[in-house]
Amino acid sequence: MAAIARSVRPAVRFLTRNVTPVYARGYADMAFTFAAGNQVFYDNADVKQVDVPSFSGSFGILPKHVPTLAVLKPGIVTVFENDGTSKKIFVSSGTVSINEDSSVQVLAEEACPVEQLDAAAAREVLSKAQSDLASASTDVAKAEAAIAVEVGEALVKAAE
Amino acid sequence: MMLGKFSTLVPLKGQQQVRGMATLKAISIRLKSVKNIQKITQSMKMVSAAKYTRAERELRQARPYGEGAKVFYEKAEVGPVGDVPQKLVVAITSDRGLCGAVHTQVSRTIKQELSEDPENTKIVCVGDKSRAILQRIYGKNIIFVANEVGRKPPTFLDAAKLANSILTSGYDFSSGRIVYNRFKSVVSYTTSDLPLFSLKAIEAAPKLNVYDSLDSEVLQSYMEFSLASLLFYAMKEGACSEQSSRMTAMDNASKNAAEMIDKLTLTFNRTRQAVITRELIEIISGAAALD
Repeated sequence: MAAIARSVRPAVRFLTRNVTPVYARGYADMAFTFAAGNQVFYDNADVKQVDVPSFSGSFGILPKHVPTLAVLKPGIVTVFENDGTSKKIFVSSGTVSINEDSSVQVLAEEACPVEQLDAAAAREVLSKAQSDLASASTDVAKAEAAIAVEVGEALVKAAE
Repeated sequence: MMLGKFSTLVPLKGQQQVRGMATLKAISIRLKSVKNIQKITQSMKMVSAAKYTRAERELRQARPYGEGAKVFYEKAEVGPVGDVPQKLVVAITSDRGLCGAVHTQVSRTIKQELSEDPENTKIVCVGDKSRAILQRIYGKNIIFVANEVGRKPPTFLDAAKLANSILTSGYDFSSGRIVYNRFKSVVSYTTSDLPLFSLKAIEAAPKLNVYDSLDSEVLQSYMEFSLASLLFYAMKEGACSEQSSRMTAMDNASKNAAEMIDKLTLTFNRTRQAVITRELIEIISGAAALD
């Protein structure tokens, strides 16, 4: 009997130790995931606020935001971390989902920290996209080029 | 060449002399070919080891991405629409073989599902291998096949193209699965699946009304993008499992070849010794007969 109690006790302690931090975090914080096809920026991290550009307008996400879905527009996602620092990351397109339990997923097709962008290269992308748009003949090509121009414009703006 | 030699041997069967000589030659030919096979499997192992390290690194980046794409469907409790039984199954495999049972596992899971409801289930094959296995029995269920998978690591563009062709295929499904191999470690993987839903199924989700300010356009774009994300993630998992499995398979093949080489070398040396002894006996007994 005593032996069983002895063997159970560490297990119980282990369990309680594991459970408490989850409780402490509760629902007040947000589990923030920000990933792109090529890179992961945050994986279930705890942050203060996230500003995202969406097609229905840019908006900020704080913990306990109302659940919603949104589609990302080319632009800058700003993440305010708990220690007050902020990080700016450029995204080309993607989705944002905010769930009932305050978990937030920002999934981008491609993303890159703003400081890594090259302004000259961005302008090049924009001018190429603009010339493509001018020379596009079919509707699909036109739509594609228009999207490329949009991304290019956002890129130039972000790189400056 | 070899066949000719053996065919002349047939009438001489039972004569130790000629057969001994020929087996010596035959063994050395066989030894050489096994050695060549071992060289091939060894270099294939090296290649897949290099590819595996890359795939694993990329998978680590893609995992939160795939998990993130899945969360909404779980939280919103999206399920199949009751009155539309049509299902879609996406098989994530590749064009390349020699990698253990990765492709067979995926195909077997799908076969099982199809045997339950062959009328309302359609398949999309990613990679030639799954098509080769499934076509024989369920050829008419296959909507389309994606080729040229597996030579290069999958990209988001591949996944986007695949998602686009699924959405424009005209097949009206309400739910489905992406069947892929989930990578666990170098030596193990499990066949698992990701959920797949149509716009209608998402709109009918019981918990969708807790989500604020949704219009159908946002939902449509969201669904399309998340389909591409899920496919991308599944392809990454599949590629990594395949490379790791190929690495193990080729390692085993090299080991088996080494074992064969050892045995053949031993037989070769024994036979050679026997030939020498016999020749000596011939010479000595010939000389003894002259005395």
